[in-house]
This record gives sequence, structure tokens and C-alpha cells, in this order.
Amino acid sequence: MKKLSERREFLLTMARGIGLASIGGLVWSAYLDKAVSAPLLLRPPAALSESDFLATCIKCGLCVEACPYDTLMLAKPGDERPLGTPFFIPRDIPCYMCPDIPCVPVCPTGALDESSVTTHGVLDIGVANMGLAVVDEESCIAFWGIQCDACYRACPILGEAITIEYSKNERTGKHAFLKPVVHADACTGCGLCEHACVTKKPAIFVLPNEIAQGSVDTHYIRGWDTKDENRLEKAQEIKTTTNISKKKAVDSLNSNLEDLY
Amino acid sequence: MHKLWSNYRYLFLRRVTQIGILVLYFGANAWGWNILQGNLSSSLILGTIPMSDPYALLQMLAAGAILSTNLLVGVGIVALFYFLIGGRAFCSWVCPINMVTDLAAFCRNLIGMNQLTGVKQPASRKLRYWILVLSLVISAIMGVTAFEFLSPISMLHRGIVFGLGFGWAGALIIFLFDLFVLKNGWCGHICPLGGFYSLLGKFSLIRVHHLEENCTLCMKCKVVCPENHVLHMIGKESLPVLSGECTNCARCIEVCDDKALKFSLKSFIQNKKKGE
Repeated sequence: MKKLSERREFLLTMARGIGLASIGGLVWSAYLDKAVSAPLLLRPPAALSESDFLATCIKCGLCVEACPYDTLMLAKPGDERPLGTPFFIPRDIPCYMCPDIPCVPVCPTGALDESSVTTHGVLDIGVANMGLAVVDEESCIAFWGIQCDACYRACPILGEAITIEYSKNERTGKHAFLKPVVHADACTGCGLCEHACVTKKPAIFVLPNEIAQGSVDTHYIRGWDTKDENRLEKAQEIKTTTNISKKKAVDSLNSNLEDLY
Repeated sequence: MHKLWSNYRYLFLRRVTQIGILVLYFGANAWGWNILQGNLSSSLILGTIPMSDPYALLQMLAAGAILSTNLLVGVGIVALFYFLIGGRAFCSWVCPINMVTDLAAFCRNLIGMNQLTGVKQPASRKLRYWILVLSLVISAIMGVTAFEFLSPISMLHRGIVFGLGFGWAGALIIFLFDLFVLKNGWCGHICPLGGFYSLLGKFSLIRVHHLEENCTLCMKCKVVCPENHVLHMIGKESLPVLSGECTNCARCIEVCDDKALKFSLKSFIQNKKKGE
């Protein structure tokens, strides 16, 4: 075989290096893409947004060790959750909302952000936002008319995060429905309700906020809410023009319906 | 008995250190000890002194994380220790995968795999530096710490401390790879953390030193060394092992029956040389 010139050898070596790095890089990235996606995961209190959390959490488990109730776990291979990151399953062990929040200040990297659970310089678990409890009205026996307020009683901020709504049971004509209603602004997503729910598979369960909540475009304004109404003060006029067809509507009948497609 | 001690003393000490560290971490999670909490990624000594993995910090930096002071202090402590004193000692004295790869190397020798595959190794030891660079590039592109989500070291270590799951599979893959595919494959060729510590520990003080005048050229040291290219001076010159890829495991020192290898501090050696 002919010996390669120095130049050719250099170029080939470089090309091979780049090729191998590309193979490795693509496989690695594809793995990571799947490995870090777990949209139904519940994080410890004060966790950064999921994308920042994945970049910042060092997977040391100090939050897990600090948790007095063994609520938090680190994801193991086979858990189908981002490897080594902390999470909890409220049906098994919910977050008991410790007032001193031991899991947060121990975080060495700030992936659990103390400032997000601090009000007026004091730790305040009440402002934590781990998720939002959602009620499945089909399987909640309170919606059947059976008296059950297990979730309401279990809620650490009962009366605020969960309230009971009374309404008449028209089926019997003489009983009341005592329906649990979750209020998103107060609910921390601790999952004590999910833990307490009496149905076989819980009828009230915590989901991450991004999954459980919708969001409204800014042009909808609650006119009856002065705070919301105030947004109008800064509103600027936006002029839009729409090109309206000059043709008559009747003409469409003679066009083989082409302009409808 | 004396010979057993003298031939395996560092190996014994290393296993005591490796297992001891695991036990301390395990105890912190299981029984609430506070001597060493956390895991090898980040930990607290006695609940106060922070330690963090400097390679993880590099990945976090690439991924665009905002770094906390606590983390920087922890990384500073670890990085300074290995930079000034330990060299690549993490790999042979702390890392739990070292026990897996040592076992693989032992079995490989025992069943004669080395004779089957021959001396020529199909991969370069420089691979780990490429993987190191690649991990940082991928961290930057994907916005997550690329190696930390894949690292069999963390999987095994975290597994032992916090619950294993399928974490044993990573260790088994490495064992089989080292046994059947590539001699010293993981630690000596692939592991980017090892590559990182090779670079960081290049200038550390503790070094293996060779005394050529005592050497009888038995080459036991080269057989036992997992990075045996670092021992290029054996039987040729009295030099310290200066390559950062030496893990300071000291196997060469204890297998030498002629006192031709020993630990010493680099600066002393250099001063002595200048004095002569």
C-alpha cells in the first residue's frame, strides 16, 4: 500500500477525530434529551425552573438527607426520572411543609433557591410552589354526594388552599354536596391531600404547575378587578389593518368554491 | 505475614479509604451521621466544610448555571488539595469504580485475556481528554451537566449511599468492558473525570520516585501499573513520575522488592538535585 503524504495523513486524522466526536456527541445528546425529560416530576420546595434546575443541581443528596420525613429521594437508574436529581411522590410520602424548610438552605448550588421561600427575611414554606393539587370530579366521592373531607382536613393550609363548597344534591332532594375546591394561589403542592385521599387511586393529586395550569393572554383583563384593570393605564393603541376582499359574497357561488380552499 | 503486608500495604490502605468513605456517606443518609454528608458530587464535612466536584462545576458553567459561593468554596477546597498535594489520587484512593476496574484487571490477568488480545491496545489513552472536551461542549448545547447524567461513578456511588436501582448495571458494563474489550479501558482510556484529575494534578507535590541504582529490572512495577506508560524511566534514570496520569495508587512501590520506588515530595527532590 502506498504511504500517505504527511498532509493527507494529517487531514485524515483530523477528519476521523471530528467524525468520531460527532458520533459520540450525537448519541450522547440523544440520550441526554430523553434522560432529562420527565414533565410529571415533583421537585423539592424552592426548586428553580426545571431547565435551570437541571443545569444547577449537582445531585449531592444533601436535601434528601436533610428531609426529616424521608419524603425526598434521588432518582435511580430505572426510575425514569433525571438521574440523581431529587423528587418526591406524595402518595407515598408527601411534603410535610416544615416551617424551617431544612432541605433548602443545605443546597450547595442554589438549585433550591432560599430567596423564593423567604418573605420579609424569614423562611416561609407557605409561599413554596412545588405543584398544584387537581381534583378528578369523576372519581372524587364528595362529588357523588358521599360526605368526605379527607383532603380538606389533611391540607396544612385548609380554608385557603382547599375550601369546601356546599351545593344542593338534586338527586335526593334533601342532601348536600360538600365538594373540595383547590385554590391555586394558596396551594403549595405539598401533596398531603393526595396522601390522605380515600379512593383507591387518589381523586386529588399534585401535578407540576406547568402541567396543571393554563395561562391567559395579556389582552384579557378582569374589569372588575382594580389591580388587573390598572394594566390598561399603560396600554398602547395598536392599529391593525385587514385586507377585506372587494368581491361580493354572492360571487363565491360562481367560483367553483375555489376561494374556500 | 510481613511479606503480605509489605506487598499489599497500600492496596489495603486504599481499600480502607475507599470503603471507609462509602461507609461515612452511607451512615450520613441512613443513620444521620454528620462526619461526611452528601456524596462525591458535593458534600459537607462535620456539617460545615463544603467539598464539591470541580469537574461538575465546569459542566455547570458550560450549561449556564449561576454558581453559588458555597459551591465555589467547596470546589476550591477539593481542587487545591489535588492540585497541590494529591495529584490524581482521587482515582485510586476515593473513586468506588476503582475497585471494579481493579477487579477486572485482576480477572483479566487471571484468565489470560491479555495473551488473547496481545500487547497492542486498540484505543488511545488520549481519548479521555476528547471525551472531557466533548462533555463540556454537550453541556453547553444541551444546557444540562452532560457527564453527570451518565457517569457510572456517580451511579454506583450514589447508588450505594441513596439506593441503587439499576446503578449496578453501569458498574457491570465497565467490569465487562475492562475484562473483555480493553485493558484498563475505563480508568485508563475513557473516564473524563480521570482525565480531568490528570490535568489538575499534574503539578502536585506527592510523587512516586524511582531510584535507578536499586532497580533489578524485574518489571513487576510495569506489569501491575494501570497507567504503565508513566513508568517510562524504570531501570533508566532516577526520576520522579511526573505524568499527571499516575494515580498515586502505589502498587508499583509495594510490589518492588528492591526498594527502587518510593513516595516523596516533588520539591524536595528538585531541591536535592539543585544542591548536588
